[in-house]
Amino acid sequence: MQTIYNIMEAIIPFSFIKFDFMKNALLATILLTPLFGMLGTMAVNNKMAFFSDALGHSALTGIAIGVILGTKNVIISMIIFGIIFGLAIRKVKSNTKTSSDTVISVFSSTSIALGIVILSKSGGFAKYSSYLIGDILTISPADIKIMAIFLIVVYIIWYFIYNQLLLLSINPSLSASRGIRNALIENIFVVTIAIAVMISIKQIGILTINSLLILPAAATRNICSNSKQYHIISTVIALVCGIAGLVISFYAGTAAGATMVLIAAAVYFITYLKSNK
Amino acid sequence: MSIHNNCGLHRVNIENLAVYDGNEPIISNVNMEFHCGELTALIGKNGSGKTTLIKALLNERPHTGEIKYFDNNSNQITTHKTGYVPQQLAFDKSTPVSVLDFMASTVTKRPVWLRVKKELRNSIQKRLDDFNAGHLIDRTLGELSGGELQRVLLATAIEPMPDLLILDEPVSGVDINGLDMFYKKVTELRSKYHMAILLVSHDIGLIKHYADRIVLMDRTVIAQGTPNEVFQTEAFKNIFGYTLKEAENNADNI
Repeated sequence: MQTIYNIMEAIIPFSFIKFDFMKNALLATILLTPLFGMLGTMAVNNKMAFFSDALGHSALTGIAIGVILGTKNVIISMIIFGIIFGLAIRKVKSNTKTSSDTVISVFSSTSIALGIVILSKSGGFAKYSSYLIGDILTISPADIKIMAIFLIVVYIIWYFIYNQLLLLSINPSLSASRGIRNALIENIFVVTIAIAVMISIKQIGILTINSLLILPAAATRNICSNSKQYHIISTVIALVCGIAGLVISFYAGTAAGATMVLIAAAVYFITYLKSNK
Repeated sequence: MSIHNNCGLHRVNIENLAVYDGNEPIISNVNMEFHCGELTALIGKNGSGKTTLIKALLNERPHTGEIKYFDNNSNQITTHKTGYVPQQLAFDKSTPVSVLDFMASTVTKRPVWLRVKKELRNSIQKRLDDFNAGHLIDRTLGELSGGELQRVLLATAIEPMPDLLILDEPVSGVDINGLDMFYKKVTELRSKYHMAILLVSHDIGLIKHYADRIVLMDRTVIAQGTPNEVFQTEAFKNIFGYTLKEAENNADNI
């Protein structure tokens, strides 16, 4: 880790890099934001923006369960709960005639309320409020290692399921005719997003995590015309907004997650205006 | 009659098939068979269960009963290829997916956000050319007209060459020239490759013209046979309010 720190200090000519917490935050940003730009492309294609929003909110219950069980690192309970939550929404959605936004809303409300009730018991919610907006000071070298390992796993999964997910988003019967197991592919995608969201919440925050998934892809859709551009530009937008947001938040003293999202939102509106010319 | 070039599929038998929504049957007691080298049209009013039957055939919906595939010697076979042309696409028009991306994603696992290999691009270009759609290769799916989209979907469905080709109401939103081109191509595929074609359609006139057999559905099969046989049944008149003569007049107007 120290070697990486030294390299960063050598190549980055700004004063913020002197602080170890900024080095960690920058590493985490470089690892996570491209992942979000990439996963976002299919989340938007599959009309899952509201779903991933609910998933982010469900982290509250994940944290609460971790606290009750007395686990040291709540990230594990968040990931496990997030996966169960995501798969449960998908299952209920496919088994009911109720529209999917209603189903998602029911799940989302329940998990927020449950999380708040448990965490606010005996008036202690304030100490968890940093999860709402994220806190870059909490990123540890151990977290970064988890992120790096996960990133490799996601790239491998992504390589194999991308085309199948694409066909599924275009027409489920067509993908079935090609021998694709629709439910399995959707479940793998849901689990992947759940893990990505949960490992990033400490840094980005429950309230803003979903924007980072959706905005880069949404902005890219305004200006591109094939999968290659979509994928590459969305990844680059996510990375640039992530790094810019982090650096600006350091000097402006603002929350990093929200600053990243604001910049991504600005990019979205610029591409929107460009596409309407 | 030429023998099929793939797995030797000869006919498809559907026996006592039912699909349930909870405890409610959507379709039940469906018995029918269709053959290679024949265009079988599936007709019926909206909600008669045509699309549900297609989804069962594609294994997209769980079903009871049996779907059996037989070769020329009436031995059951387990491997067969199905091509499918959907009625419409569910994506929103702004989705950045080109015709090349879409077609490549149906035949390779290599993700299409990496560059599509040159050989694959060439083979897709050739297939599109065969369907008068070569110029569409770099357009996005959302930019295509109804007719263009149908040609792209058909060109996609025949690679790999299927034993069974399912066309789900492919003519909606397509102008008359596009329609004609589409049916000519389908007829050509039937005779050239001897595939079994199952076509879901509302257009009685076109079916009269192109179909070898007709299956009339109303939550189950209520009539099947040659177009002339089916058009004369009571069931057909009850559903469509047509007489045979009217149906013929309709066909003449095409």
